[in-house]
Parts: sequence; C-alpha cells; structure tokens
Amino acid sequence: MGDVMRHLVIAPVLLPLAVGAFLLMFDDRRRTMKMTLSLGTVGALLVIAVALVVYVDTPSGDRWSSLIVYPLGNWRPPFGIVLVADRLSALMVLVTAVLGAATLLFAMARWHRAGPRFYTLFLLLLTGLNGAFLTGDVFNLFVFFEILLAASYGLVLHGSGTARVKAGLHYIPINLVASSLFLIGVSLIYGVTGTLNMADLARLVPDLPDDSRVLFEAGAAVLGVAFLVKAGMWPLSFWLPTTYAASCAPVAAMFAIMTKVGIYVILRLFLLCFGDGAGASADFGAEWLYYGGMATIAFGGIGVLASQSMPRLGGYSVLVSSGTLLAAIGTTNSAVISGALFYLVSSTFTIGAYFLLVELIERGRQAGADVLAVTMEVFGDPEEDIEDEEDEVGVAIPAAIAVLGGGFLACTALLAGMPPLSGFIAKFAMLSALINEAGDIPPSHWALVILLVLSGLATLIAMTRTGIRTLWGPDEIAIPRVRAIEAMPVAVLLFLCAAMTVMGGPAMRYMEATAQLLYWPQIYAQDVLGSLPPRPPTDGGHE
Amino acid sequence: MEMMLAIGIGVFAASGVWLLLRPRTYQVIIGLALLSYAVNMFIFSMGRIKMDAPPVLTPGTAADPAVLADPVPQALVLTAIVIGFAMTALFLVVLLAARGRTGTDHVDGREAE
Repeated sequence: MGDVMRHLVIAPVLLPLAVGAFLLMFDDRRRTMKMTLSLGTVGALLVIAVALVVYVDTPSGDRWSSLIVYPLGNWRPPFGIVLVADRLSALMVLVTAVLGAATLLFAMARWHRAGPRFYTLFLLLLTGLNGAFLTGDVFNLFVFFEILLAASYGLVLHGSGTARVKAGLHYIPINLVASSLFLIGVSLIYGVTGTLNMADLARLVPDLPDDSRVLFEAGAAVLGVAFLVKAGMWPLSFWLPTTYAASCAPVAAMFAIMTKVGIYVILRLFLLCFGDGAGASADFGAEWLYYGGMATIAFGGIGVLASQSMPRLGGYSVLVSSGTLLAAIGTTNSAVISGALFYLVSSTFTIGAYFLLVELIERGRQAGADVLAVTMEVFGDPEEDIEDEEDEVGVAIPAAIAVLGGGFLACTALLAGMPPLSGFIAKFAMLSALINEAGDIPPSHWALVILLVLSGLATLIAMTRTGIRTLWGPDEIAIPRVRAIEAMPVAVLLFLCAAMTVMGGPAMRYMEATAQLLYWPQIYAQDVLGSLPPRPPTDGGHE
Repeated sequence: MEMMLAIGIGVFAASGVWLLLRPRTYQVIIGLALLSYAVNMFIFSMGRIKMDAPPVLTPGTAADPAVLADPVPQALVLTAIVIGFAMTALFLVVLLAARGRTGTDHVDGREAE
C-alpha cells in the first residue's frame, strides 16, 4: 500500500500530460473519443486526489500526519528533484481536480467546439497546476509554472474574437515579464545558498551570514513580486479583471484557481523560509503582504461596485479573494491562516461556479444590457411607469430562470460571506481569530476586520443590484436554453460549498492541522531530506 | 571580466525594460527578448565566473571543486533559454493575430488619441 501511494504522487502530473499529448495525435473531429478520454483522466485525478488527502490525513507511527516524498529518478534530495505531497499540496490538488471536473463537464456542452485543441490545452493546464502544487524544488516550480502559463495563453484565446486577442496581448507579456523576475529571484537564491530544494532552503536560512542574508532577502523579494503578479496583488493586478472577463466561461472558471497558485507558493515559501524559526529573517515581507492584501481588498471592493458587467464583477471578486488571503498570510497567525485555507477552497469553488453561471444567464440577454442595468440605477428607469400589471399575474417562472436565480443567490451569499453557506464560516473563522488574539489587538488588525466586512457589503450591494436587474427584469429576458450538463457543474460546486458548511467541523480540523504543520518547517525539512547531517553554513558562496 | 558581464547584463535589462514600455507590439517583443538575454546571463553568472573550467568530473581523479565550474546554473540557463524561446514564438503568433484583427500594432488594440 505504501509503495503504491508513493508512486501515486507523480500520477497527477504524468496522467494529464500523457493523455494531453496522446490527444494531439488525433483530429479534432474525433470529439467523442477526446471527450471520453479527458473525462476519464479528470475522473482518475479526482480519485487520486482524494486518496492523497486521505493518506496525508492519516496518522502514521508517532506522527499525526503523513507526508509523501517522491525523489524523481531516485536521486537523493537536495541534489535530485523531489515531489512532496503534504496536507496543503494534497488539498490544492483535490481543489484543482474538483474544479477541473466541473469546468470540463460544462465545456463539453458547447464550449469545446469554439476552438481547436481544447482538451489538450485543458489537460496541460491541469498538469502544470498539479505539478506546481506538488513540487518541492524551486526551479521545477518555474517549469511547471511555464507549463500552466503556456496552456493558459492558449485557453485565453480559446474561442477567438477581438476582445480575447486584445486581453491576451496584455496577459501574455505581463506573465512573461513575471517569469523573468521569477528566474532572477531563483538564480539569486541559488547563488547565495547553493540549493534549489525548498526543504534545504528552510534548513539553511537561519544560519545565513549577514552579507548573504541581504542578497537572499533581495532574491526572495524579487521572487515574491513574480508570484504577487500571478496572485493579483493591488498595483500588479490591473490585467486581471479584463483577462478574466474576456476569456470564455469554462476557462475563466478554471482561472479561479490560477491566482491561488500564486497564493499557494507565497504561503509555502514564506512559511518555510521566513517562519518563526528563520532567525534574523523571521517574518520578512509580512507587512508587505498584509498591507498589500488590504489594498487589494479595497481595490477589488471598489471594482465590484463599479463593474458594469457580470464577468467583470467576477474578475474583481477574484481580487477581493486574493487580497483577503494575502492579508491573512501577512498576519502570520496560524489560526487566521487556517481560516484563510478554508476561505481559499470555498472562494475558489464559488468563483468557478459564478463564472459558469454568468455565461448561462447572459445567453438569454442582448449585448449591452449590463451597462443599461447600472445606468438605469443612476438615471431612473424610463419604463418603470408604463409597466403593464395585468401581464404579470399568473406567469409561471420558467424553470431555467428559477435554477439560475437560485444559483445566483447562492453565489451572492457565498461571495459576500452571508450566513447559511461556507463563505460565512470562512470569514467568521478569520475574523474571530483576528479578534481573539492574546493581548492587545493592534489597530492594523481592526482595519482588516473592518475592510473584510465592508468588502462583503460591497459585494452584496453590487450583486443584489445586478441580480435584480438581470433576473427580475420582466421584459428583456429571453429564456436561456440550459442543458442539464451545464447546470450540473454549477450545482455541484455550490453543493460542495454547502457541504463544507455542514461538514464544517471536520473540514476546519483539516485546515487547522494543515496550518499548524506549515508552522513547523523543521518537520517538513526533516521528512524531505531524510536524515542528512546538517550542512555547515557557507560563507556566501557554494562548494 | 565581472565588470564587463555586469555592464552587459545591465544594458540588456535596461534596453529591454525601455522597449517593453513602448506602445508598439514589435517593440514589446524585442524588449522581452532583450530582457530574457539579460536574465539568462544573470543566471549563468550566479554559478560564479570561471575561465577554462569544465563542469564535469574526470573519471578516476579526485574531484576538486576549485577547478570545476558549477553545472547547475548551466542546466538552468539551458531550460530558461528553451522556455523563453518557445514563449517568444507563441507571443509572436498572438501579436500577428492582434495585428490582423484590430488593424493596428498598438498594444491596446487601438491608436492612442
């Protein structure tokens, strides 16, 4: 069993890569075959991800959590590249698999026909995502980032159209520049420490001499900027709403997890290298994450209020969620971070479901109706007075509209963090952890509490306005044709959010254990490196 | 030697950034290429600069790190070159698509007023 598990770690990377490459050999006309194979792959990924989560959550020996280290080609770390599945990685792989399955099902109804090679690009995106979550090596992380970005460039342009090409023209160079920064950061860190293995870095950082510590921190900061571009922190995020709004629905839904990759890497590297045990470097950059995150929440909140179309509103919600997570990481408080992990899962599903839902709703409306909805708020509705009351009576709400409306309502509650669903639990966990800190609560934490509540209010206002104008507006709705295969993924994602509410206890316990484990980078380093003797600190150079 | 390399990287990076901020897509892509040259040389220099030092061990002799070059940055820079090349090619396609669709080579898809 243990041996099989060990090899299961590489399956989330190999499987979609192999199937994606295999599908390239066939013409796009053999759609059924491609569809079946892709669906089978994503289904297998789901099973593998669940197995990984269950495995890492099982206590082994005297430890309450297991960690799987997979040295590629059996080269010993830190010289060989390792894949590491710990609680956080396994959780992220599971979230990717769930979101991937939902969006793939959605795309199968019609969107996969909109352009060539959809399935291959989609599977490559999954490869890159899973690889980025599982790798334990910084340069390997770069390679997986490039795989997922290359696939995302193709997917942004999927369906063609001028708006998508224009968005791609901004999205691609920004990410290419971010990749350059990534490389500068990685090589600077290698030049200082002589290692690229994350666990080895965690071991070396506390003992760095002062002159190389400065260089190391500079390298980490450059690397951090690269990830913050992907995560969408405020001054680096202007590309995000336009790109997300322009890309087609299943792609935008899948992109909901792309910003989370940046967040994941920041969380992982920040706590490994700059955790409490990092000596003089402890908490390096925490204020930047904290205040940058708060600025992102504010920017996202204002953007949500100002959005004139539903996909753009979704794009700004992504920013709000990124900002919340960054600020939570910046608090360096393990209770806040466990709430943030819960929020990460919940908001990824919600935003994914929202982008899919919006496409279904917008199908029944003419272009420009969104702008009308917002301007009508300001200038008054010219048709308000001549409403014909007799027609209103006895009109049955068409089922499609009822389903979409219900979904929209659930999304509103989730995004705004209103009580019945998991968005509320996530926000509550973070807020209560912020307020229940030992000793005096610093004013900056109060500011975050206020900002979180206000951003929820802004989302609520904006989404209620949009919802009323779109779904209750009597005239302009042509009943959208919604197939079951399209409504189902949305329903499943929202149902999972509901399930996270009902199963709040066990889910929260998993998140808390994950956050606690993140606070012990020594355990991670020890497990990954085995029983290597501690290396003497180098004097700025490497061997 | 160090000074020359540092100046070279600096000039490449500075020209790259300047071109990146220009409004024409062709300038942007050349800027990206220059920036990636700068990055590649930077990665290479992180393995320390040594003249006439092979990165491989000779079989049968004891390894002396002082006369060997660090092979890891060389491997990294190779990967980075390949990836950067592929991405530039990909961006070139998008650039041409944008030119065809919008009829302008401005990065915003329309001429500034």
